[in-house]
Amino acid sequence: MTRLVWRQLRVQSIVALGMLVVVAVVAVMTGPHLAHLYDTSVATCGARGDCLGAASAFLRNDSTIRTWLGILILVIPGIIGMFWGAPLVARELEAGTHRLVWTQSVTRSRWLATKLGVVGLTSVIIAGLLSLVVTWWGSPLDRATANIFGTFDERNIVPIGYTAFAFGLGVTAGVIVRRTVPAMASTLVAFVAVRLSFDRLVRPHLISPTIHELALKPASMGFGSANNGPFTLMPNTPNISNAWIYSTQILDKANHALSSHFVAITCPRLIAGMQSSGPSAGSSQVSGVRVPSGTQRAFQDCVSKVGGIFHEVVTYQPANHYWSLQWYEMTVYIGATFILASVSFWWVRRRLS
Amino acid sequence: MNAVLEATALGKRYGRRWALSDCTIAIPEGKVVGLVGPNGAGKTTLLNLAVGLLTPTSGTVKVLGGRPAQGAEQLARVGFVAQDTPTYAALTVADHLRLGAWLNPRWDNGVAKQRIEEIDLDGHQRVGSLSGGQRAQLALTLAIAKRPELLILDEPVASLDPLARREFLKSLSEIVSEHGVSVVLSSHLVADLERVCDYVVVLVASRVQVAGGIDELLLSHHCITGPRRELDNLPTGTQVIESRHADGQSTFLVRGANLIVDPEWTIEKSNLEDIVLAYMGYSDAGTGSVTLKELKS
Repeated sequence: MTRLVWRQLRVQSIVALGMLVVVAVVAVMTGPHLAHLYDTSVATCGARGDCLGAASAFLRNDSTIRTWLGILILVIPGIIGMFWGAPLVARELEAGTHRLVWTQSVTRSRWLATKLGVVGLTSVIIAGLLSLVVTWWGSPLDRATANIFGTFDERNIVPIGYTAFAFGLGVTAGVIVRRTVPAMASTLVAFVAVRLSFDRLVRPHLISPTIHELALKPASMGFGSANNGPFTLMPNTPNISNAWIYSTQILDKANHALSSHFVAITCPRLIAGMQSSGPSAGSSQVSGVRVPSGTQRAFQDCVSKVGGIFHEVVTYQPANHYWSLQWYEMTVYIGATFILASVSFWWVRRRLS
Repeated sequence: MNAVLEATALGKRYGRRWALSDCTIAIPEGKVVGLVGPNGAGKTTLLNLAVGLLTPTSGTVKVLGGRPAQGAEQLARVGFVAQDTPTYAALTVADHLRLGAWLNPRWDNGVAKQRIEEIDLDGHQRVGSLSGGQRAQLALTLAIAKRPELLILDEPVASLDPLARREFLKSLSEIVSEHGVSVVLSSHLVADLERVCDYVVVLVASRVQVAGGIDELLLSHHCITGPRRELDNLPTGTQVIESRHADGQSTFLVRGANLIVDPEWTIEKSNLEDIVLAYMGYSDAGTGSVTLKELKS
């Protein structure tokens, strides 16, 4: 049975192998050079004192390859789900060949188990190898970016989970819809929907975030208005290396947010100064506006007065949660894959007979 | 009589539509059985239930004493050629033989190779480029090389041209005489069955109208022609299967040993096609009483 599955997967596995070889060749040809550049510029930037400049100069290297590899690893799970998962059973049902293969001396449960096992495992291995290469190749760039959560779903082990899930989704859609093309379309739609809603709704709650409280300081604070609203104090996004920051708020002891009304009462001088100083007043920037130098003193007074009652609260995932999040997310997707596989088993055995 | 296929009150429902309902049938072993009936009689459903592609909604079906597709062992005992003889278009003829070898523990490669030579197929050819007749022959090869005890064929020649149809049935006859396998073959064409079968089952709307050896059916049925009137004074044990009245003449197909001796009537032997067609139009209420079906021409 395994040999039949391999025979039926021959063209697809050659295409996948070809893609892997191309990616590996590109990575091997450019990767060591990239690592060398990193070692000689960003890694030693402390000695020259311009780390920001060194990093941004370094990140201009191989930006095209970086973009394409990023796209590739994002779309590979969907492609495998559509082109390997959806037709796996649907094409047999469509062509009627299930009537040939289910009447050989192999039960249809074993037939499906072998198909799922061989093709699913191959998909997962391809995704794993691709992610390995991309993660290795991109590691100097990722270190320079210092934002590991920015590429969370393009690196390490989560692409394996996505691929397994997309494959399971494709097979299940094919078994239920029984037509290859509609199954492919529904696989794509469902996969994108699950990925997007997982990113927004599930991932932030997989591990409870770290909450960091700090006193208000003029250096990390801005003042301005959002969308022509009233003036208020606004915290700058704190510069925590490799952190995934959910929110930065100004709260009092009872967790009430700072209101613009409170600022207006507490800091009348600052408001007056801002309104008279012209251009930045009425600015519609969402983030904090740098305070004009004339009202600097009033601003510092204001921050220390507000800081007597309020403090800054940063909610974030620190870098050391990265691997736990990778494992949790992959486990959730793999678990969902097993549920989908059970559904297709049940469907093939009960509903298709 | 040992039955290769035995169904009791067998039914299969799709949604609200019954494709087969309350079907009771026993097909004897060691025969080449033709299952004949009009479209929609439930032939394909019955055969798909027999090979385990479908599971019954009600009733039971046993094939060679076991539940269809119960396990690998049961699957190995039954060879099946499905309707329209499905094959993998992208694979070659040789791939199909390998497939058969991989999936069947009792696979006989010698038989497969010999058959492929006999029907003159090129192993390297993609099955998608074969003619319908060649594909049917390939499907038959796969089914017989797995060395089944029972070979089930569902309308194998329905979509073939007359020449390919004759070739296929010739192959089937050769296989039967060579391997001594029991065969159940469905068709809606009586002429096809007459060529290869020795036993006929007529299935109409899930009911077996008649079942018996072809020779026995031919011996026991007669066509009676005479002046227009009803056939009322039948001897016991004689049944009217079909009656037709036209232009002052009546024709009856009767079954029974004791024939009427009446100079007004001409008694002739009947052929299989007439007998089968008569039973397709014959309805037995199940009480044993005979309802005459009038076919006014």
